[in-house]
Amino acid sequence: MSHAIAIHSLQKRYGSVHALRGVDLVIDEGEFFALLGPNGAGKSTLINILAGLTKADSGSASIMGHNVVTDYRRARRALGVVPQELVFDPFFTVREVLRMQAGYFGLGRANEPWLEELLHELMLTDKADSNMRSLSGGMKRRVLVAQALVHKPPVLVLDEPTAGVDVALRQSLWHFVKRLHKEGHTIVLTTHYLEEAETLCQRIGILNHGQLIALDQTSALMQGHLGDQRRARLTVDNVPPRWPDAFAPSVVSHNGRELVVQLSADAGLIEVLTQLRDMGVNVAEVETTTADLEDIFVELIASQGK
Amino acid sequence: MNLIGLKTLLAKEVLRFMKVYLQTLVAPVVTSFLFLIIFSHVFGERMSVYDGVSYTAFLIPGLIMMSMIQNAFANSSSSLIQSKVTGNLIFVLVTPLSNLEIFLAFVAASAIRGILVGAVVYAVALAFLPVAPDHPFYVIVMSVLSCAMLGALGLIAGMWAEKFDQMAGFTNFIIVPLSFLSGVFYSVHSLPDFWKAASHANPFFYMVDGFRYGFYGVSDVSPWLSIVVTLVSLALVSAWTLYLLRRGYKLRD
Repeated sequence: MSHAIAIHSLQKRYGSVHALRGVDLVIDEGEFFALLGPNGAGKSTLINILAGLTKADSGSASIMGHNVVTDYRRARRALGVVPQELVFDPFFTVREVLRMQAGYFGLGRANEPWLEELLHELMLTDKADSNMRSLSGGMKRRVLVAQALVHKPPVLVLDEPTAGVDVALRQSLWHFVKRLHKEGHTIVLTTHYLEEAETLCQRIGILNHGQLIALDQTSALMQGHLGDQRRARLTVDNVPPRWPDAFAPSVVSHNGRELVVQLSADAGLIEVLTQLRDMGVNVAEVETTTADLEDIFVELIASQGK
Repeated sequence: MNLIGLKTLLAKEVLRFMKVYLQTLVAPVVTSFLFLIIFSHVFGERMSVYDGVSYTAFLIPGLIMMSMIQNAFANSSSSLIQSKVTGNLIFVLVTPLSNLEIFLAFVAASAIRGILVGAVVYAVALAFLPVAPDHPFYVIVMSVLSCAMLGALGLIAGMWAEKFDQMAGFTNFIIVPLSFLSGVFYSVHSLPDFWKAASHANPFFYMVDGFRYGFYGVSDVSPWLSIVVTLVSLALVSAWTLYLLRRGYKLRD
């Protein structure tokens, strides 16, 4: 399988801020990849370098094998970027905007049916001849997606596409993006809604302070941290006056009848319940909780900050 | 060469100023019309700058060129600063358009606006005084070169400025004074030596003087000097603009 995006030792500084500190990342063709990280982690800088909006200080990046600097025409033809900000040109209508965007990529009238399809798929047909200024925020967001797709790029980067978007639009947007992925597009997504990354993306990279601090299959990333993050929430009738030394470190919290115990590979639920029975504790209810991506994200970011 | 891309960006830039024609075409014509009424009323036939050329006749080519200079500059500079401030410039920057193609499209659109404004000012002036150029080809060449030079300068200003305030400063402190002091309203020969020399350092002077030669066959300096200075200015400003575009100056930082 060839690489949709290949990034090697990418460095970028803005004055004293080291936005990217030697990032290496390869995303294969057909992947649905999530690039996560807190604000200021370097995600947008990375995307801007891929799109040709920012110049890297050193290192290299390529899209579908085309270097973004030395072979920028081919690289940009292979890439569609949905920007984070709701930017638009207030002089033009939706249809004019899409025609012009396609024209910049060297596509003329032959591309018109695809533009009509985009308008239809993104539910913009009724607004095609409306000025951009008159559109709602959600509609402007859909136009941004359409603009990124006018030249049918094999690689699509969505930079926080659902920020400030209502639930219905978010669902329709994901439905559309999932379809693009099924059709063979490589999708790179940055989002602050981690459940989106968890459910949609096959692989996740976490960027913090300009460095990739985690890069793995979504399932492996979750699995790798699951042992540490699984907990048992118990409703107990009584507790001993003092927890035995061997058990005390597992107790996360004890509040009234609610007792939360950390589970681990050595001390699973059965072992914990056995220990509690031996202590004479009556357990009325048991509930286990597992880590989600948010827990892992917070843990990774926090551990890097230490 | 991405010809379709270049033509699309050019068409977009032309469509942009046509959509706000009251501001971009009609307003500058009204301004020139007012200058023409006022100055021709005050000086009219009472003075002539060259033999056989009345003051009103002298004024008309100068006003046309001043309108062209100011509007060609305004087109590229305002388009770029607006796109930068609103953020929609990324729609151009993420495309396979080369720096040269972006440069040519912006400069050509600026030249089109400048020449359109100049043509309408000329049409209005004809109502005052039926003046026809003695050397129409020379008039056309000077118009194209001057507007292209100002279009390129507008790109530099648009790249440099980060807010509308800075752009207004560039326009009001550089472009407007240089165009007013370029011999539109007077012959620089009537100036004291220092100001005459200073005027000769102003490239806009050669644009106005050369353009006027195209109408009446008389000028303060040789028409060939005017065309060479304008051409060299265009070449220098274009080279500078392309260098800044290549560096991504304040565009691709």
